[in-house]
Amino acid sequence: MFEMIVRISLLCISLSMFGLIYRVIKGPSTADRVIALDAMGINLVAIVALISILLDTSAFLEVILLVGILAFIGTVAFSKFIEKGEIIEHDRNR
Amino acid sequence: MSLLHLAIFSPFLLAIAIPILYKHIRSVHTGWFVLGLPIILFTYFFRLMPVTQKGETITKSFAWIPSLDISFDVYVDGLGLLFALLITGIGSLVILYSIFYLSKDKEQLGSFYTYLLLFMGAMLGVVLSDNLIVLYTFWEFTSLSSFLLIGYWHHRERSRYGAQKSLLITVLGGLGMLGGFVLLFIMGGTFSIRELIGQADTLYGQALFLPALLLILLGAFTKSAQFPFHIWLPDAMEAPTPVSAYLHSATMVKAGIYLVARMSPVFAESGVWLWLIASFGIVTLFWGSFSAVKQTDLKGILAFSTVSQLGLIMSLLGVGAAALHYDSIGENVYMVATVAAVFHLINHATFKGSLFMVVGIIDHETGSRDIRKLGGLMAFMPITFTIAAIGAFSMAGLPPFNGFLSKEIFFTGMVNVLNMDIFNLDTWGVLFPVLAWIGSIFTFVYSMIVVFNVFGGKHQPEKLERTPHEAPLGMLISPVILASLVIIFGIFPNLLSGTLIEPAVASIVPSLLNGEFHVHIGFWHGFTPELFMTIGVITLGILLYVTLLRWKKVYSLLPESMSLNHLYDKSVDLAEQASRWITRLFMTGFIRSYLVYIFLFFIISLGFTLYWLDAFKLNLGNTAPIRMYELILAIIIAIGSVFILFVKSRLTSIILLGAVGYTVSLFYVFFRAPDLALTQLIIETISVALFLLCFYHLPKMNLKEERLRFKFNNALVSIGVGTIVALIALSAHSNKLFDSIASYYIENAYEEAGGKNVVNVILVDFRGLDTMFEITVLGIAAIGIYSLIKLRMTRGEEADENK
Repeated sequence: MFEMIVRISLLCISLSMFGLIYRVIKGPSTADRVIALDAMGINLVAIVALISILLDTSAFLEVILLVGILAFIGTVAFSKFIEKGEIIEHDRNR
Repeated sequence: MSLLHLAIFSPFLLAIAIPILYKHIRSVHTGWFVLGLPIILFTYFFRLMPVTQKGETITKSFAWIPSLDISFDVYVDGLGLLFALLITGIGSLVILYSIFYLSKDKEQLGSFYTYLLLFMGAMLGVVLSDNLIVLYTFWEFTSLSSFLLIGYWHHRERSRYGAQKSLLITVLGGLGMLGGFVLLFIMGGTFSIRELIGQADTLYGQALFLPALLLILLGAFTKSAQFPFHIWLPDAMEAPTPVSAYLHSATMVKAGIYLVARMSPVFAESGVWLWLIASFGIVTLFWGSFSAVKQTDLKGILAFSTVSQLGLIMSLLGVGAAALHYDSIGENVYMVATVAAVFHLINHATFKGSLFMVVGIIDHETGSRDIRKLGGLMAFMPITFTIAAIGAFSMAGLPPFNGFLSKEIFFTGMVNVLNMDIFNLDTWGVLFPVLAWIGSIFTFVYSMIVVFNVFGGKHQPEKLERTPHEAPLGMLISPVILASLVIIFGIFPNLLSGTLIEPAVASIVPSLLNGEFHVHIGFWHGFTPELFMTIGVITLGILLYVTLLRWKKVYSLLPESMSLNHLYDKSVDLAEQASRWITRLFMTGFIRSYLVYIFLFFIISLGFTLYWLDAFKLNLGNTAPIRMYELILAIIIAIGSVFILFVKSRLTSIILLGAVGYTVSLFYVFFRAPDLALTQLIIETISVALFLLCFYHLPKMNLKEERLRFKFNNALVSIGVGTIVALIALSAHSNKLFDSIASYYIENAYEEAGGKNVVNVILVDFRGLDTMFEITVLGIAAIGIYSLIKLRMTRGEEADENK
């Protein structure tokens, strides 16, 4: 029963990836796409967590943490890129 | 290493010393240092003559590459010794002549004598080697040194053209010859000529016999300027005259003759050999003498005359091969042809050498070689005239000179063809005496032109640069010696018969002679057909010479565009243009074209292999079940990848690429590879960031956003590559031949290496070396990026790492 629920939720989250990838492709502005990508990252966290339950292993917990950090960093980087056009600024005195 | 080896190598050794002598002793003409060596060598070879006269041979061995059956074996028999005497004898005379011909102050004498000595040594090596590979090495050495000598005045355009042409043609033949030698080795199992002659019977009839024969003949024909490869010889006349006299009349062009004579015992069993040599020779004889008449340059006349005389010797060797097919030695009249070939070989070397030297003298003393400008020189240069007359009359075949005798025997040999009943000679064989006769008439005509158009007629001082006068004594010594030899051999021909001709003939047809064969050359045969032929040649020749101006128009009948030279120039041009065109056709300079070639090759080669070996198999037995969420993620990846191609903005494609990369990492999770998933996530993030960096730095000009244009060919190729890879992956999965070794790692990771993470244990312990180099790759990449960014050298700036 429990495994069934996990599988169903895994299926649902996988399907929700469709919506997100649709937004990434379609999304009128870049901001839409970046948000969609961020959400995909969070979805990944969920999927990895569910898989870990399903496989009954703790080997993927680092992946969850890493995705969390990377999705954050990636979104911040994209945001800065959209705002300023570059990610790492050279000139400190600006 | 014996004295014989030293004799062959001595010119090379002296060639090393010549530049030093030339540089330090400028007061003496460098030629004097060279002159001694060929004289010593000539004396040395002369003293070997009693050995070959008795029918014995000398063999000396010197190991070079024994493991490959290549050893520098020297073999002296009648034929080799004859050539060695010609090379050293005429070599001495030519060097003596060149001392007076070439100016000490204006010419690069060091290079001249170095090349000449290289040539002399190479030529001695060719005629005295018993090993085919050594022979080939020396053979190419002669081509190379001839190239250097023809291009001696390298500031002249014609010299360079002539040198290039002769190199292309002779090296083409030389390479063919090498092929023939290798085929002989495959058949006979040895590179030694003597051993090959020993197994001539078993060679004949093998499948490779004919290719070997044709390839070796290609080498001989190109070197000896046989039709249609004779075109390089007239252009080689741009060389200094001593070179023309030495290489292009007496020695190098006879290397092909030597090769044919030497290989005769191996190949003469075959009718192809006889027919090819005899017919090419006779056509060359006719064409060379016919073309010589129209030349206006004296050296041009002599060049075509050389071509024609070489054809004569070649055809005699061909006809002489027929002797092997008749048993009885007493009745064997076909031996005459071989005798005539050897005799004429000696004669030609003497009179052609002297004629070239005469032309050199005329050129030197009047400043012109054009027969239209020259005339009436008899009064100014009586000695030169005498020499020229002796040489030219001998060439024409007049008594009492040696050319008369060899021409008579030549006719005998050709008339004898009519009596042969082998290889269908009784049908087309009649052409041989006819062509020989017509060729001899033209020979007579151009010989007369050489004498009477230059020395007879009226003197035309306004056309000449300087007043002609008799040549210095030193320049006359060599031609006088040669001309007196012409007369001596003409009056006492039997001086040669026992000493040189018999041993040489014995080497060409070894199986027939057992010491019973004796050559006797007499003046008077009685009223034979050859006598009437000679009389015909002389009367018709005089007639044609007198009426020359009336029928000279014949030569303009054949347009320039039909000539062989034109054909050669066109084919060289065409080869260049075609290769340039082909290169331009596919070397477009666009990376996309090259990628298309690579991928097409990939598709075709792998697809063909799959089809040819019937390798595609599909076995669904060992596949895992497909789960729903895997399918969904696969569809997401597919959609993402496909849309990367179709989106308009580059930024979108970067984001899509990131999405695909993240989804791939999810697959690693599904397939239980946590380490891979971690790495994939980080790398994907970093590379997306790098893409963004590149994106920002795109030039503002080209920032117009547009869709990737659809190209049918590209679509086809990419679909093809995808299909092939998919097919190969499927059949590879269906063909598991043995179990993987993964179980070993799993069992031993903890026990042997003390780690529970099998992936990491493999990376740093079981297969640590790979990891080390991956680290190196990363390091190199990092340093490379750093240096690319930091070191921005602009054009023209000097590279200075300390700056």
